[in-house]
Amino acid sequence: MMKDQTTARKGWMSLLAKAPPERLAALMPDLPPHVLLRSPETGAVMVRGRIGASGGAFNLGEMTMTRCSVRMDCGTVGHAWVQGRDKAHARRAAVADALMQTDAAADLQTAVLMPLSAEADRARTARAAKAAATKVDFFTMVRGEDA
Amino acid sequence: MYVAVKGGERAIENAHQWLAEERRGDLSIPELTIPQIREQMKLAVNRVMAEGSLYDPDLAALAIKQARGDLIEAVFLIRAYRTTLPRFALSNPVDTGAMAMDRRISATFKDLPGGQVLGPTFDYTHRLLDFALMAEGEAPFAAALPSTQAGAEGDDAPPHVPHVTTFLDRDGLIETDPATDTTPPDLTREPLELPADRALRLQGITRGDEGFILSLAYSTQRGYGRTHAFVGELRIGRVAVEVDIPELGFAVEVGEVELTECETVNQFKGSKTEPPQFTRGYGLVFGQSERKSIAMSLVDRSLRWQELGEDFTGAPAQDEEFVLYHCDNIQATGFLEHIKLPHYVDFQAELELVRRLRAEAQAQAQQQEAAE
Amino acid sequence: MSAHTLSGGFADAPIQSARAFRALLEAMARPGTIHAVTGAQPPAPLSVAAGVALLTLCDGTTPLHLAGTSDRPEVRDWLAFHIGAPLVGPQEAALALGRWEDLAPVNRFRIGLPDYPDRSATLIVEMDRLTNHGPALTGPGIETATWLNLPETAAFQANRALFPLGFDTIFTCGDRIAALPRSTRVEAV
Repeated sequence: MMKDQTTARKGWMSLLAKAPPERLAALMPDLPPHVLLRSPETGAVMVRGRIGASGGAFNLGEMTMTRCSVRMDCGTVGHAWVQGRDKAHARRAAVADALMQTDAAADLQTAVLMPLSAEADRARTARAAKAAATKVDFFTMVRGEDA
Repeated sequence: MYVAVKGGERAIENAHQWLAEERRGDLSIPELTIPQIREQMKLAVNRVMAEGSLYDPDLAALAIKQARGDLIEAVFLIRAYRTTLPRFALSNPVDTGAMAMDRRISATFKDLPGGQVLGPTFDYTHRLLDFALMAEGEAPFAAALPSTQAGAEGDDAPPHVPHVTTFLDRDGLIETDPATDTTPPDLTREPLELPADRALRLQGITRGDEGFILSLAYSTQRGYGRTHAFVGELRIGRVAVEVDIPELGFAVEVGEVELTECETVNQFKGSKTEPPQFTRGYGLVFGQSERKSIAMSLVDRSLRWQELGEDFTGAPAQDEEFVLYHCDNIQATGFLEHIKLPHYVDFQAELELVRRLRAEAQAQAQQQEAAE
Repeated sequence: MSAHTLSGGFADAPIQSARAFRALLEAMARPGTIHAVTGAQPPAPLSVAAGVALLTLCDGTTPLHLAGTSDRPEVRDWLAFHIGAPLVGPQEAALALGRWEDLAPVNRFRIGLPDYPDRSATLIVEMDRLTNHGPALTGPGIETATWLNLPETAAFQANRALFPLGFDTIFTCGDRIAALPRSTRVEAV
């Protein structure tokens, strides 16, 4: 049970982090009352790769990241780490993370997470389809001396 | 003599104002917006992110605008900005096998599983100026296969596509790169110390100047530290970045970065320590940066001569001190350009030295003349 | 992780950490002077000043050693959320926190290398009192002499003898801090 909860939370936190900030703001314009445990702050995460894709780690370069932690009136705590420098995005994602642990989860799931997930899927599928259209079909020419 | 120099404040202020005006250019032409640069000058944005060592397309676009298109100046702005950011965490190493790929080609295997995908490439274009772009016509839209062929809707993650080198690995024909858990050294935290391990070299090269790395890689192809490289695989696409969140105790995918990865397969006749097999060079760069990633993997392979028991031929690309101390264009431009700044006192000393030496030489000549 | 460990950090980090850094800088530049700091509410037994010093000087890349009673689960959780510093043994620490008797023997801490004297530890010593009565201090940043109630003198004299290597020390008590860099000479009482 614990493990399922963690998996689910990883899923929604990731979806909220990757969502375009303006879409999240449009789907979730009003935030219920909350206090900031950690005001939104922008920093960097060092992105690492693996040597030869499979070997030891190396430092590739940093990416910007904004994090925020909130506590709702009911005491539930929400956290967010989101790519980029948008403080409102981080705050909104932290509130959403808290609400997903309360009775409001089902409503939020329908109103916010499902549309975000569907939009992300559509964008990914459209791009994959464009890539697929550039896939090479080889055909072998018969060379003279082999004929 | 000591010459104190002060002043010029008003001149500097006016110069900066004029700079801002020149950056804007003709006011009858619409001003560039950051989204325009981000979307339409994407490869310049990618280069600034890679060499600035900070993935943030909006900031890179801003830097390009502010720097009037001088990409090294833009990289400088990004490097300066990144030093103001607190470091929250190290990501878990990204999994390029799970990349959502736009492009994936191999020069070694025609029929690789997963197929060859060209993506949005300059390859096979005729390199003819397209005057239609000057007439501001609409760009054509890419054809797409029906979505049923491209993978069903609702697929959560892109399929895991194994790297080409794993096929050679299966037959034992290529060296292996076992995963380790050691924390790699970080150039941005500790000063560079030699000898550098491969992880440190890769960090230096991936943020190094594209032109410099390209020329070094080319020099290996022309015989200065030859490595007999083929592009085993080149892939471009987006990978998820996962971070362990300390307050939660588990890892979350917090974002996505576009990367270009190149793996070269290099012929290797064997050495005192290693059997004949294929060896590898590796390149991984922020953004769609194909030339840089290929060049990076060639230079990476050249620098591995010692570990593979090859001979040092004195080639620049084999010399890690030469490569790592000269590949950073911000270090290079900083030191190069500082010689244009006031050196009045240094030069005064030089001037006096030359005058004295001339006087001494003259006196000596006169003495000699008198003696004869 | 309880909600209490999630509070007590800087509410306005850019301003508060800049003020705190200024106070720490003043304390280190003028050894023996005592400064008040604010902005942190760390869990017991940490003082406000120790909390401020940690929030200001530490991040995820500064290995931290917790000595003696400061090493408690509440403290660890608080640090994990607000700072994220890796907790390590005394030999690897960039910063170490504890009471003087818990930090002893202080020759366990890093003193830097001749090429990089900065690769040394900074000790944050929690004190019961902090007053300008005690051994005389002289050296850089001190016009003639000043005094501070150091927990002992021999260790600081030995540390001064290592200069330019050696550790640096910050003393904390309640909301007040003072500092003793490795460059300060400590006279016997």
